[in-house]
This record gives sequence, structure tokens and C-alpha cells, in this order.
Amino acid sequence: MLGFVARRLLLAVFVLWGAVTVVFVVVRLVPADPALLMAGETATPEQLAALRAEMGLDQPLIAQYLQYVGNTLTGDFGRSYTQFVPAMDLIAQVLPNTALLALLACLLAVGVSFPLGLLAALRVNRFSDRAVTTLSLTTQSLPGFWIGIVLMLVFSRQLGWLPSAGLDSPQSLILPTITLALPFIAILTRMVRSGLIEVMGEGYITTARSKGLSERTVIFPHAIRNALIPVVTLVGLEFGTLLGGAVITETVFSFPGIGRLLVFSIGVRDYATVQACVVVIAVAFVLVNLFVDLLYGFLDPRVRNSR
Amino acid sequence: MTAALPPMITTTPIATPTTATQTMQRARRARRGVKIRITVPIIIIGLYVIGAITVPVIYGFDPLRTELVDRLKPPGTTLSNGSIAFLGTDQIGQDLFAQMMMGARVSLAVGASTLIFAGLAGVTVGLLAGHFGGWMDTVLMRIADVQLAFPAILLAILLASVLGQGLTNIIIVLSIANWVVFARVTRSQVLALKNREFVEAGRALGAGHFHLIVRTLLPGCVAPILVVATVEFGHVILAEAALSFLGVGVPIGVPSLGSTIQAGTAYLTSAWWISTLPGIALAGLVLATGVLGDALRDFYDPTLRGA
Repeated sequence: MLGFVARRLLLAVFVLWGAVTVVFVVVRLVPADPALLMAGETATPEQLAALRAEMGLDQPLIAQYLQYVGNTLTGDFGRSYTQFVPAMDLIAQVLPNTALLALLACLLAVGVSFPLGLLAALRVNRFSDRAVTTLSLTTQSLPGFWIGIVLMLVFSRQLGWLPSAGLDSPQSLILPTITLALPFIAILTRMVRSGLIEVMGEGYITTARSKGLSERTVIFPHAIRNALIPVVTLVGLEFGTLLGGAVITETVFSFPGIGRLLVFSIGVRDYATVQACVVVIAVAFVLVNLFVDLLYGFLDPRVRNSR
Repeated sequence: MTAALPPMITTTPIATPTTATQTMQRARRARRGVKIRITVPIIIIGLYVIGAITVPVIYGFDPLRTELVDRLKPPGTTLSNGSIAFLGTDQIGQDLFAQMMMGARVSLAVGASTLIFAGLAGVTVGLLAGHFGGWMDTVLMRIADVQLAFPAILLAILLASVLGQGLTNIIIVLSIANWVVFARVTRSQVLALKNREFVEAGRALGAGHFHLIVRTLLPGCVAPILVVATVEFGHVILAEAALSFLGVGVPIGVPSLGSTIQAGTAYLTSAWWISTLPGIALAGLVLATGVLGDALRDFYDPTLRGA
């Protein structure tokens, strides 16, 4: 078990280093000069040179990279040139909102997709299964931002039941949560369904049945426990999609979260904040996956002993 | 919790014993079902392609033309030039249907080009990693791990914001974000194939690496790659729409379904059709590819049917 944890931790550290490096490389591809962007067109050459020195842009690329990795480790991404505060402070303000939104969406998705997937798996190829499968495939095909816009149109513009933007009251969370959860529900339902169908064909289920156990006992402790293991991994992997979805959902609903901060910062070419947002999201994703991997190893001994 | 179970679960046995005739009948019906599920989506996608090519020409669509008298007309209005806008007009007086089909052009073109680039890169990497194994496999798959540390849409947003707007850039961005899927599927298929007798036979007869990869392994990977490509086509189209919606996709003046939906959000109360209808058109196309992907998977691997 200890070796398994160590291997996973090492992989997570490696992946994080890679992610941080990718962000550095991508942002360095910017054709524009960050110092010029920060200082504005009217800056004198002396001002520009001073700013370049301050930002470390006059250093060789490798020194810039080491400096950047060091700063990243301490959570220092430089300051936002539009807001004149450290980029990390901007993120700290909005990160709890996004975390809350993602958590609520996860809970809603798990709460809805498990019963639906179970229902479909136990009634394979009958009406309720067809209905659930069709519905989830359709939902998966809808663009997330479009779902948000339609919900907003119906529930806030037409019916006036819920606020359409911002985060002023708990009600403001309802529409973004549903928008974010819907595609996730679709994927999870399909996964729960196929996982359960696969498990129901296993020999030990036949054994349980032939022991004369009631169908309910066969499904609940026996089938469910093993069907859920792959689903746990999926929740982790799809968490990335969820974070990506948060960027779009937050933009649609003007929700004060990290996704909207990212899109806003891209719009004003505030690369310090863009860099910080992307790294923070990647870190969150890697940590969630690390946690899921460890949980997976804990749930299924075969996983931690392989490789 | 157990009390909430529907009563039919305890009374309906999951696997009903069937006679051979019944099994045959069911298999025949399933095969026919799969053929329908393959044909219908292909026809729908074909209609989109035809519509995307011809409709803008028939309507003489010009993205820069502005007809102020025809602004924000609801579906079915007769316009100043005598034609009927059966899906209404947008905020600058353009026929929404023609604009949507112009957007479908962008979606289809971006989807197809991305699949070609991401597919070529991913399949090559997957073949090399799977065939050679060892350090090449480790290096390539660790790169894929790092890539997966980013939610695909986040990487796309970051790259697109740096590269700037433009159709070529979207295709580059989405190819970079999607090659991993192809690489993983190809690699796992190669791993499953490489110890089979026919590959062994090829090696025993003195086939070189190139021959083994291209003539022996690749043909066995075509089916899963085709399935993944179909599903990814839908994902890429959704991703393009999301990028254009966020304003880091198509350049201004090029109508894309995503940017049309975005433009319509300012007129949700007065002209609901601008944002909602393109979303439905988009969902229809993506749904068709999703159904096709599922059906192709069932067609090539009947053991997965129903799962």
C-alpha cells in the first residue's frame, strides 16, 4: 500500500511539473511583449526597460523559467496589471465560489445519476432503460452554455423565479449548479448503467442468486459495490470536464468564480492572472485525481498491487 | 433506502432463460436495430453537410450586410425583400436559418480538419508507443498524462487566447487538445493485438517494424479508432462552439453557431430565437454523431451491445 501511495504521489508531482511548464511555454508564445501591454503604448523606452527588468523579462529564458517555477511553488504569479494586486489575491477571492459550485454540481449529479443508472441497468432494453439512455445521450449532445442560456431564459427572464446573474443569494446558485451538473449527470448515468450491467453478468452474481438470495440482496450489497469502483474513477476524470464547464457556466451566469476571472483576464490580456488561474485549476484537477486514485486503491486491492 | 425500490425489481428475473429460437430472433432484431442506428445518423449528418454547402449560397448570405428594417423579426416574418425568414432574423437583420447553416459550415469544417490532424498524430503516437513499448512508451504516455492534467477545454482556451482568433488556430488548438484520446485508444488496441498469432507470424517471417505497424497492427486498430473518431467529432464541434461563445474562437465576421448564440444573449428577452435555435441545430448534429458512435461500437463489438 505504501509503495502504491508513493508511486501515485510521484506521478502527481511529475504531472504538476509538466502542467506548470506547459503554461510557461504557452504564455511565452505570446507574440506581444507583456511589458508593452502592461505599460501601454505611451510608455517611454526607459519605462519599458525598467518594467522588463522588474518582470525579469531581460533575463535568459532558462533563468525566467526557474524563477517562474520557484514563484509558482510559493504561489506567487506576479501582479495583475489591470487590478494592480497580486494575481493570487484575485483568485483567493473567487475560488471558494467555484469550489462551492463544483461541489454542489457533483452532489446533484451523483444524487440524480445513481438512481437513474440503477433503474436503467435493472430494466435493460425496456422502456425505462430506453428513456434514460436516450435522455442522457441527448443531454450530452447539448452545449453546456446553451443549456445555461435556455434555463436563464425560462426561469429568470420569462417566469422570474430565479436570479439570472451574479451571486447575491443562495438562489443564485440554483441555475448555475443545474447547468454544470446536467452534462455530468448524463455521463455518470451511462457509466453507472454499463458498470452495473457488466457486473450483473459475473459468476458471483449467479452464485448469489443460486444461493436463493432475494434479488434485492443480490443487487444491493453484491452488485453495487463492484459496479461503483470504476464509477469512482470516472468521477475523478470527469472532474476536469466539470472544471472546464465551470469556465463556461460562470461566464453565462456572470458568476464570480475562477472561470469567469480567467475569461475576463484573457479578454484584457492580463497574462499573470491567466497563468495563475490555469495553474490553480490544473492543481485542483491533479489533486482530485490523486485522491480518487488513492481511494480506488483502497477500495480495490487488485489496483494497488498491479504494476 | 431499500423501501424506495420499485417493486418490479424483486419480481422480474434479470436473465430470463430463453430458447435458442428466441435468442436467434433477438440477435437478428439487434442487428437490424444497429443498421438503422447507423443509417439514420449518417443521413442526418449528410443533410447538415448539404445544407451547410448550399443554403448560404441560395440565400446569397453575406455576413457583413445589415438590414436595419428587418432586425429582430420573429420566425415566419415576411421581410422587406419579400422573402420569408422562417426562423426569424438576428440583431442586424440577417436571416437566422442562412446564418445557422453558415455556422454549420464552420462546425463541420473545424470538426473534420481537427479529426484528421488529431487522428493522424494520436494514431501515430499510439502505434509507436504500443509497438515499441519501453522508454518510448513511457515518454509518450507521460506526455499524454500531463496533457490530461488539463481539462481539454481549458488547454484550448489558454492556447486560443495566446494564438489569437482564426479558423486555423482553432483547428490547431483543438487538435492539440484531442490527440491524446486517439493515442490512448490506439495504444491499448496495439497492446491487445501484439501478442496474437498473426503478429507473431509476421515477425517470424521477418517483417520489419514498418511492415508490422502499418500492415499488421494498424488494420486491427481501425474499428476502435473509427468509433472514437465519430464520438470525438461531436466533442470537437461542441468545443469549437464553446470557444467561439467565449470569444476566443472564430474571428469577428465569421458566423459560427457558438458566436451566434453568444450574440443572441443580449436579446434574450426581445428575440429568444437568436440564442435558442442555433443551439438546437448544434445539438442535433452532435446527437447524430453520438448515436452513430454508439451504433458503430455495437456493430464492431457485439459483446458490448446494450452495455
